[in-house]
Amino acid sequence: MAKVLIENLYKIYPAEKGRPEKIAVDNANFEIQDREFMVLVGPSGCGKTTTLRMVAGLEEITRGSIYLDGKKINEVPPKDRDIAMVFQNYALYPHMPVYRNMAFGLELRGVPKDEIRRRVDSAAKILGLLEPDNLLERKPKALSGGQRQRVALGRAIVRKPKAFLFDEPLSNLDAKMRVETRTEISKLHRQLDSTMIYVTHDQTEAMTMADRIVVMRYGKIQQIAAPLELYHRPANLFVAGFIGSPPMNLLQGTLEAAPNGTLEFVEKVTSPHLPFRGVLSTDTSRKLSSRQGKEVILGFRPEQLHPNATSSNPTLQGILEVVEPMGAETYLYLKTGAHSCICRTTETDLGLKEGSKINLGVDLSRAVFFDPKTEETILT
Amino acid sequence: MKPTHSSFPWFSRLALILLGVLFLLPFFWMVSTSLKPLNETMKLPLEWLPTSPQWHNYPDAMKAMGPFWLYARNSLFLAFLNVVGTVFSSALVAYGFSRLDWRGRDTCFFVLLATMMIPFPVVMVPIYGLFRALGWIGTFQPLWVPAFLAGAFNVFLLRQFFLSIPKDLSEAARIDGCSEFRIFWQIILPLAKPALLTVALFQFMATWNDFLGPLIFLAREEQYTLALGLQALQGTISGTPWHHLMAASTLVLLPVLVLFFLTQRTFIRGIATTGLK
Repeated sequence: MAKVLIENLYKIYPAEKGRPEKIAVDNANFEIQDREFMVLVGPSGCGKTTTLRMVAGLEEITRGSIYLDGKKINEVPPKDRDIAMVFQNYALYPHMPVYRNMAFGLELRGVPKDEIRRRVDSAAKILGLLEPDNLLERKPKALSGGQRQRVALGRAIVRKPKAFLFDEPLSNLDAKMRVETRTEISKLHRQLDSTMIYVTHDQTEAMTMADRIVVMRYGKIQQIAAPLELYHRPANLFVAGFIGSPPMNLLQGTLEAAPNGTLEFVEKVTSPHLPFRGVLSTDTSRKLSSRQGKEVILGFRPEQLHPNATSSNPTLQGILEVVEPMGAETYLYLKTGAHSCICRTTETDLGLKEGSKINLGVDLSRAVFFDPKTEETILT
Repeated sequence: MKPTHSSFPWFSRLALILLGVLFLLPFFWMVSTSLKPLNETMKLPLEWLPTSPQWHNYPDAMKAMGPFWLYARNSLFLAFLNVVGTVFSSALVAYGFSRLDWRGRDTCFFVLLATMMIPFPVVMVPIYGLFRALGWIGTFQPLWVPAFLAGAFNVFLLRQFFLSIPKDLSEAARIDGCSEFRIFWQIILPLAKPALLTVALFQFMATWNDFLGPLIFLAREEQYTLALGLQALQGTISGTPWHHLMAASTLVLLPVLVLFFLTQRTFIRGIATTGLK
């Protein structure tokens, strides 16, 4: 089991044949604790896979250091790093049967034959490769996508590595299989009790599996936090929009003085629309006092909008554009004066008509505020 | 989708049949002539089939050629070494040109490709000089040692195939603990079997049929290969015994033909998938 430390890590691809220099990873700093499940998430091209590949030793490090259990591994070849990696397209050896695919790494390390047999069998049992059909003698091409991914997991497990690396392992699976394998990997993490670094572009995967999440964009780390903290306290507009589905509602406006000495958020709209106005709590107002009269962006989650407006909450008026019944909950898409908002409610029998005018209550107790220029959170 | 009877236009079929017949014609003529008596071989108007097949032409031709089995052994020996040498060395070089990153790789590859444009007769004399300096004239070495130094065409063919093998496999192997050579040997080569077989077959045919090489570098008759041995039947004092020459040619061609039919499925797949994913 292992701790991974990433220090001032850079990956710069030099300019080549008319292509400008590209900074794929820009000064990454973070630590992955022993037995932690760390997810690197971000849109494509954000540097998450490059970071993972540098940890694996498949990509040269331009600057900075990576430590595994306190030992600097920059120059250590992949095979000596004691890590295992699961690839997006499985990367199973097509000419070897499943058993050999899983045993290959152990054979190369000179593990005795009966020990290999024991480990492969045990991994195969955990992953359900023995029942209902014994898949060990099959070639990868005779397996389904989900089975192939399980074999790829098996190949990693049998090695008993210090750390597991996953590079978007679920993105080639269909939706149902993805959910199944996701829980399977989470279970594995508990069973194996080992350090895992997992790369994905899917925020749902990140939220459901991670102990902590590293959000990346343009090679830069945006925020490192536990899933719920990311969700409720995003560090900037990007994280607010990227984490959570449906995404956070964002309204542009100004903070103005309210009659009782607190601050009031006033939505920026053009006439004839009426702006949304929401009075902030005393505590929030105190923290934001320096922003009085200035522009801010207000963010609140879809579930902080309630279809039954009460007097205690400020009211957001809008035209209901689309109703999406999801079964257990309903999404309401509405157009306010200048913005679009989404409401997520567990009430399913609302009797609302698309195109009608509705009033929604906004719970501002968990609202976040962003600086429109820096896009960073103001309240922390 | 496989072309079905209805989706395959009749004119394509016709063109293929005509071309097939055209290519088959010389072969048919060779076999037919090999079974004719000498006086029928040059007869006009043409006789397509022998009036009565002269099967004894075959043993006669083998006798007329001289030590046929010795020649065959020499040919096999050279073909074997050439195939082994070419497949191994070309694959190794192709691996370097396709799956390793190094400065100037593509430039080097173009230089290698450029050597394909130099015809053998141009370098014949300098090569002869080189081998003479090495003291190899009159030995088999000039005919098989170069095969271990990779040929441009085969390198090109294999490189294209290697490029189509996903990079992830090499990376997975690297993490599994493979050295670069082991990745080549245990991952890439087994996956490139069709392409390797193609190269092997090409090389076998090239060596088996090679006439100029043995002619230049070999000195003694007991070193002759079959291709060179055929020459004994050509232009003898009493004129060319065409029926014997054709019978011997048929015999010489037979191993190539058998080999092709045995490997044709893999062979054609090798050509068809070269460079394709």
